[in-house]
Amino acid sequence: MLLIHCPYCLKAFPELEFAYAGEAHIIRPDDPSLLTDEEWRDFLFIRDNKRGIHFERWRHVHGCGRFFNAVRDTVTDKFLLTYKAGESRPTLQDIEKARA
Amino acid sequence: MSKFRIQGKGRISHQNKVRFTFDGKSYEGCKGDTIASALLANGVHLMGRSFKYHRPRGVVTAGSDEPNAIMGTRRGPGRYEPNTRATIQEIYEGLEVTSQNNWPSLKFDLMSLNDKLGMLFSAGFYYKTFMWPKSFWDKVYEPVIRRAAGLGTSPTEEDPDIYASRYHHTDVLIVGAGPAGIAAALAAAKAGASVTLVDEGAEIGGSLLSEIETTIDGHPGQKWVDEISESLKSFENLTILTRTTAIGYYHQNMVGLVQKVTDHLNELPENSPRERMWRVRAKQVVLAQGALERPLVFDGNDKPGVMLAGAAQTYLNRYGVKVGNEAIIATCHDSAWYSAFDLAEAGMTVSAILDTRKKVDSDLRNRAQSLGIDTLIGYTVTEVIGSQRVRSVRINKVENGKVGEAVRLSCDVLLMSGGWTPSLHLFSHTKGSLTWDDNLSAYLPGEKTEDVYIAGAGKGHWGIHDCLEDGIEAGNKAAEASGHRPRKTRFVVGSDRTGSGIVERELPTDLNPSKAKAFTDFQNDVTAKDIRLAVREGMRSIEHVKRYTTNGMATDQGKLSNINGLMIASDALAKTPPEVGLTTFRPPYSPTTFGAFIGYHRGDHFEATRKTPIDNWAEQNGAEFEPVAQWRRAWYFPKQGEDIHAAVRRECKATRSSLGIFDASTLGKIEVSGPDAVEFLNRMYTNPWTKLKPGRCRYGLLLGEDGYIRDDGIIGRLTEDKFHVTTTTGGAPSVLNMMEDYLQTEWPDLRVWLTSTTEQWAVVALNGPNARNVLEPFVDIDLSDEALPHMSVVECTVAGFPARLFRVSFTGELGFEINVPARHGIELWETLFNEGQKYDICPYGTETMHVLRAEKGYIIVGQDTDGTVTPDDAGMSWAIGKAKPDFVGKRSLSRPDIVADGRKQLVGLFTEDPKTVLEEGAQVIDDVNKPRPIQALGHVTSSYYSDAAGRSIALALVAGGRDRMGETLYIPMPNGTINAKVTGTVFYDPDGERLKV
Repeated sequence: MLLIHCPYCLKAFPELEFAYAGEAHIIRPDDPSLLTDEEWRDFLFIRDNKRGIHFERWRHVHGCGRFFNAVRDTVTDKFLLTYKAGESRPTLQDIEKARA
Repeated sequence: MSKFRIQGKGRISHQNKVRFTFDGKSYEGCKGDTIASALLANGVHLMGRSFKYHRPRGVVTAGSDEPNAIMGTRRGPGRYEPNTRATIQEIYEGLEVTSQNNWPSLKFDLMSLNDKLGMLFSAGFYYKTFMWPKSFWDKVYEPVIRRAAGLGTSPTEEDPDIYASRYHHTDVLIVGAGPAGIAAALAAAKAGASVTLVDEGAEIGGSLLSEIETTIDGHPGQKWVDEISESLKSFENLTILTRTTAIGYYHQNMVGLVQKVTDHLNELPENSPRERMWRVRAKQVVLAQGALERPLVFDGNDKPGVMLAGAAQTYLNRYGVKVGNEAIIATCHDSAWYSAFDLAEAGMTVSAILDTRKKVDSDLRNRAQSLGIDTLIGYTVTEVIGSQRVRSVRINKVENGKVGEAVRLSCDVLLMSGGWTPSLHLFSHTKGSLTWDDNLSAYLPGEKTEDVYIAGAGKGHWGIHDCLEDGIEAGNKAAEASGHRPRKTRFVVGSDRTGSGIVERELPTDLNPSKAKAFTDFQNDVTAKDIRLAVREGMRSIEHVKRYTTNGMATDQGKLSNINGLMIASDALAKTPPEVGLTTFRPPYSPTTFGAFIGYHRGDHFEATRKTPIDNWAEQNGAEFEPVAQWRRAWYFPKQGEDIHAAVRRECKATRSSLGIFDASTLGKIEVSGPDAVEFLNRMYTNPWTKLKPGRCRYGLLLGEDGYIRDDGIIGRLTEDKFHVTTTTGGAPSVLNMMEDYLQTEWPDLRVWLTSTTEQWAVVALNGPNARNVLEPFVDIDLSDEALPHMSVVECTVAGFPARLFRVSFTGELGFEINVPARHGIELWETLFNEGQKYDICPYGTETMHVLRAEKGYIIVGQDTDGTVTPDDAGMSWAIGKAKPDFVGKRSLSRPDIVADGRKQLVGLFTEDPKTVLEEGAQVIDDVNKPRPIQALGHVTSSYYSDAAGRSIALALVAGGRDRMGETLYIPMPNGTINAKVTGTVFYDPDGERLKV
């Protein structure tokens, strides 16, 4: 079982307390009606499904209830970083630092 | 006393006799014996039949890697376990043991015919043979195969035992309590770390328990274990768990342990768990799992009496059992020479040591000769003679790659050793890499992914001195890494038995190799030629070879077979072993009971059962219940002699004609409050909310961004900034989650607070023409249609309780839903029920609720919708706030596939015979004469007999359904096709007159 660091509680808790919530940094357009069918399709369905570094959302559902973002390596299944919702995507440098 | 037991030898208690039965026959063993050692002491070698060929099999090992001696064990009713390893299970008074995989008996097994037909059962046999005809699969092949195959039989009675589970945190977890593990534990404990040392055996010591020559600090290994056990007791920071197997190594140093608590006891203690699952989170892990001895691969290497040399040594030194009278050793590793010495010195006849190597250390040869043992260097084994026990063995000298003349030597045990495989199963669970070591011809641990140290034989060390030293180092490092300062630890080792060996493929033979039954995997009956056949037939990856032959796929997880299989496969592929690679080890390390995994989560503890405040009343009043999500809901209230149909017809009639009372407490409830609450609801739900006045309600429809219906419910506006949102019973958590998601991540600027209030409110629903009459005496507000019209909400008191009173209806009748704080629910229910006697009030359950709503064409999300239904599909375009700029899912409603023609739409169905009630889920087609397979137009989603409609009614999702009004469609069923006409979805009071009273 993974230990996941909640960026709101500032502590690591067992995976059991959390729920996965899909890929991160997919922002709902302010006015979806302006999007073409293809753009809307991409927003709805197209995901990276990365091998390696993956930005994803989790919710501390049996804890503080907050949604947050995480960087996880899908090869090792290791969490490299977690950060609050709304914060910008960590740089590769941040990620490598966390890995080391 | 049996003639195979050496009085006074070993670690068993010779005075404490234990009686047990094997296949109904009573045997005597000693306290401390395993089933295997006790049977061997009685001269019994035949312990099972093999899986595929039903060949007679004897015990091969003395540990958890045993592939053959797996048995059924029984301790009274319900306590039967198949596939217990006889080499692990300790005997106790009254233990019943049965052999497996034989019919009618172990000694005479008719299925051993498979052995004679062996050439038909080669690798890939199932894939090749049972292809045709297809129809034979269900009726012939599968039942026959299943009867013939299978390992043991599943218990059929409920398991009466308790299985415990707990968490454990430790600085250093050490897996394996052999020399390396003990040394690591001592070192880490001295440093002050909290240490947990686990071993699957009944006592710590591992290989030392069978070691009588090598000394540590002046004591022979076996004796030293007692000394060190004593001194380890003084460490309060050290926990020792025996009979405990580390089954899996998971992320971030979580290791699963299964501790066998009572399986060795004569008497079961009251309320003790049988097993306990430990979930250990360790700062550092030391894996000291040792090494597993490999069999040699030659024709007949599986016959009873052929076993591993190290196992024979263990039976002798640890259990005081001679495995036979006359032994021959066959090996390619020095270790078996030491086994031979121990046996010979204990008085067993060891007539010869056969070594496949060209050269063997002269000290070993000299010592053998001094013990009167023939040394045969550069020999091969080509045949084992004997069926249920070895009688003799055929051997040949090998010179310059040529197999020479055969010689026969008589013996009653043939003890083999193909060298040792470092046990790296747990390390592999962590995806740690393995590196091939050419010198040792073994895979050793490479890159680590966790905070772990490997110590001892698992790292390729050989000899007790090296293993102890390596253990100390690992223990010190682990202690240091977990924040402790290592102290000095030192042992003095004497007469160490170091040595080396090589790895063999199947041994060379002068006989026809295609007739040889030279096994690599005993448990799955895989032979060397199966592996070569797999390669010839095109398998290149070791993973494919494994699956095609099933080598390494038995319950022993390839502990004995993997390396031998790899050596043969790499030879056949003309590649080096590292080029071929190793298959992946997966948890569990050894077979684990379901009970250990389930722990406390069984029976009533399997899943939470949520009960409403009125549940007790329903139970006392004879309700039948049904599970809805995690709730237990009253389904119907049968009176004496009524079946569900009679009860539901009565409940429906009573509600429509006078008054029904219904427990709606399970309805999901979310309070949405804050200055931006109305804007939030505008964005979440399809409907417009801005103009909804406080005190009024509206039906709300919730979509996903994909445009499909997710949930629905009545939403009441209590004040400008406070809404009482209801959801479906099952949808409550997911709706709240979805709302939180949008609020926290998409619109964090909105000032809105969401609170789950599902369990805060008890909800009593009154429905029927007399609903107002029964309620009126208990409120001080005007309940008239003018003051409180349909779709209203008011905060007031009902029967003295603070209440949110909704005038809403899910039945099509005049209806009220009274929300009171949960603690008052039962009192309110009883008050209204008593008053309702004047109107023949009728309590009804979910089934009647379903019928009444279907008569009105009200959908149930999840029953009439399935996650691919849009508002328009469901005929609910009226619920869309078209003027709103946006809401969740709005953009999707103009997606090309959602506006396309021919989508499945919700319609009603009238069967030709009004008495026929369709089956929910039945498929609907438009032409019975179409060639098969016919593409269904859709399916029936709801179907009931309706007294109000005077006939059966059904809802169905049908492609292009609304354009098919009046058309006849067909529902093919096993007993014939049912014709039904497409109709509207409202079957009763289409104008809603009954709501406006």
